[in-house]
Amino acid sequence: MAIAIGQVQGSRRAQARRGRAGPEGNIEQPGLFGIRRMNKTRLAIGIVLALVSLFPLLYMLSLSFQPNGGIIGSTALIPTHPTGSNYVQAWTENSFGHYFFNSLFVAIATVVITVTFAALAAFAFARYSFPLKEFIFYAFLAALAVPGLLLLIPQYLLLERLHLIDSLIGLTLLYVSSNLPFTIFFLRGFFQGIPREYEEAFRLEGAGTLRVISRLIVPLSVPALAVVSIFTFNAAWDEFPAATTMLNTPSHFTLPVGLADFIGANTTAWGPLFAASVIATVPTIIVFILAMRWFRSGVSLGGLR
Amino acid sequence: MIATNTLERRPAAVSPGVTSRRSRRSYRARKIATPYLLLLPAVLMYVVFTVYPIFRQFEISFFNWHIFPGASNPFVGFSNFTKVFHDPVVRTAAFNSFLYIVITVPAQMAIGLFAAAFLTDRLPGGMFWRAAVYIPVVTSWVVVSFIFAYIFSSEGGIMNAVAGFFTGHTETIPWTAQTWTGNAVIWLIGIWKGVGWSFIIFLAALDGVPRQLLESARIDGATEPRVWRHVVLPSIRPAFIFVLVLLVIGAAQVFTQIYLVTLGGPYNSTQALMPYMYMLAFKDFEFGYAAAMASLLAVVLFGFSVAEIRILRQEV
Repeated sequence: MAIAIGQVQGSRRAQARRGRAGPEGNIEQPGLFGIRRMNKTRLAIGIVLALVSLFPLLYMLSLSFQPNGGIIGSTALIPTHPTGSNYVQAWTENSFGHYFFNSLFVAIATVVITVTFAALAAFAFARYSFPLKEFIFYAFLAALAVPGLLLLIPQYLLLERLHLIDSLIGLTLLYVSSNLPFTIFFLRGFFQGIPREYEEAFRLEGAGTLRVISRLIVPLSVPALAVVSIFTFNAAWDEFPAATTMLNTPSHFTLPVGLADFIGANTTAWGPLFAASVIATVPTIIVFILAMRWFRSGVSLGGLR
Repeated sequence: MIATNTLERRPAAVSPGVTSRRSRRSYRARKIATPYLLLLPAVLMYVVFTVYPIFRQFEISFFNWHIFPGASNPFVGFSNFTKVFHDPVVRTAAFNSFLYIVITVPAQMAIGLFAAAFLTDRLPGGMFWRAAVYIPVVTSWVVVSFIFAYIFSSEGGIMNAVAGFFTGHTETIPWTAQTWTGNAVIWLIGIWKGVGWSFIIFLAALDGVPRQLLESARIDGATEPRVWRHVVLPSIRPAFIFVLVLLVIGAAQVFTQIYLVTLGGPYNSTQALMPYMYMLAFKDFEFGYAAAMASLLAVVLFGFSVAEIRILRQEV
């Protein structure tokens, strides 16, 4: 019950925040030169921006379907003799299929652990007052100002000592640690916006803290959780410097490491390389498109309010 | 609501006796412990894999550290730190990192804000335009580096065809093998991949600009540039600071496209601080020296971020 109420009020609040929207709920944003007149200009700008953004990726897609011999010097955007052989070669011979599942494991494990730990911590920061609260919070925030890359040397030595070097689990632990601060910061902002009354109603029915979080806070925070999950998934899926440092055995490679290793060994095999690149790109785009509907409300309601 | 109020009093009023005192004490203890227990997993991960390495790195900086087990690691005092200031490659790398920051950050913010201002809900095609602008953000740095390396490749890259078409010259330009064109490719990759991120934050921020303020400014006859200067920009200030600070931190760690496209070459002339530090550590195995560089950089970047936030918060 409380959840249903929360959702209704939440959406009403969101509407109020966006101002007095029209009956259809259409919202106008401030355009640079006024709103109604400039739709054609805006459409043109949209087309240009979309073209510039998508061209390199479409080019890659096209190249991945061209037979390898025909790639050098090819400026054709549409392949003249399309073939799937690059994909077959990349997936099987060049073991990108294997790298794919390594990446998937690392990314999913990182998201699950990071978001779980961060949600618990963010709830503590949002709802309780306790000694050292400020100190711990700012200690987390401070990490946002220091690039994770700077810690590769001590982290390498640490993983070596823990016998987690060249291991996907070791890599996952590093990713969790580096993604925690932003995720905590973001979720804390969101949790603070959830009215306490719902929680009190839950507590009176005898629910413990974990139950409040899992049954009340999580369902009310789906947009925010979706946003941080995407950020974390992409960060883990995309990460290269730490992965290439920590992983040595080809069977443990993630996709970025496999790609970089492949180009080092075969400088001219652009066809399979771009096929592998497409394989590496598609999951992140799918995840993004699936989660896009949460994106706006999640971002605007989170820590940035 | 009335029902819940009576419910609230019941536990205290009912259970008397020893059991209640014990349970009340354990309840209080649990209440004190709860936030710490909630924080425990995150803090533990953070302390082991981030906080401890920060101190460990500082320690390593004082040694001539060898990665091989059994090798002795002599203490060398501050010599690794002084070496940083006398290394000519550090100077080039610092300059290139600085250029990368001052060129790519304003470009990303300007284009991101521009896109956020124009790509609104009313546009036919709706979400497509936003998704398109954001998609480079979710593409892997490694993949993007290879695409651009190919586009700017000297053997049949599309950029040489375009340049040849406009200039009439037929000789190929080795874009990624020259200092300035190599740097330009590195900047271009950074800007192209980064715009979508500031775009999405600005989009959310513009959504929060109070409508009444905008409308009343327009009714009062303010021109659009004035509306932007006096209403829109001041109200998106927090997002602006957030984007600026995080982009500067991100730009300071420019790594992958240099490591994969130019390798810092020719002769370290496109080198930047992060890839240089990385190559020192994991190619030349100069762990002590690289750790000293990293420690210094961490202090500088941290100070810079704090200063940035302070300054921008003050001037209103």
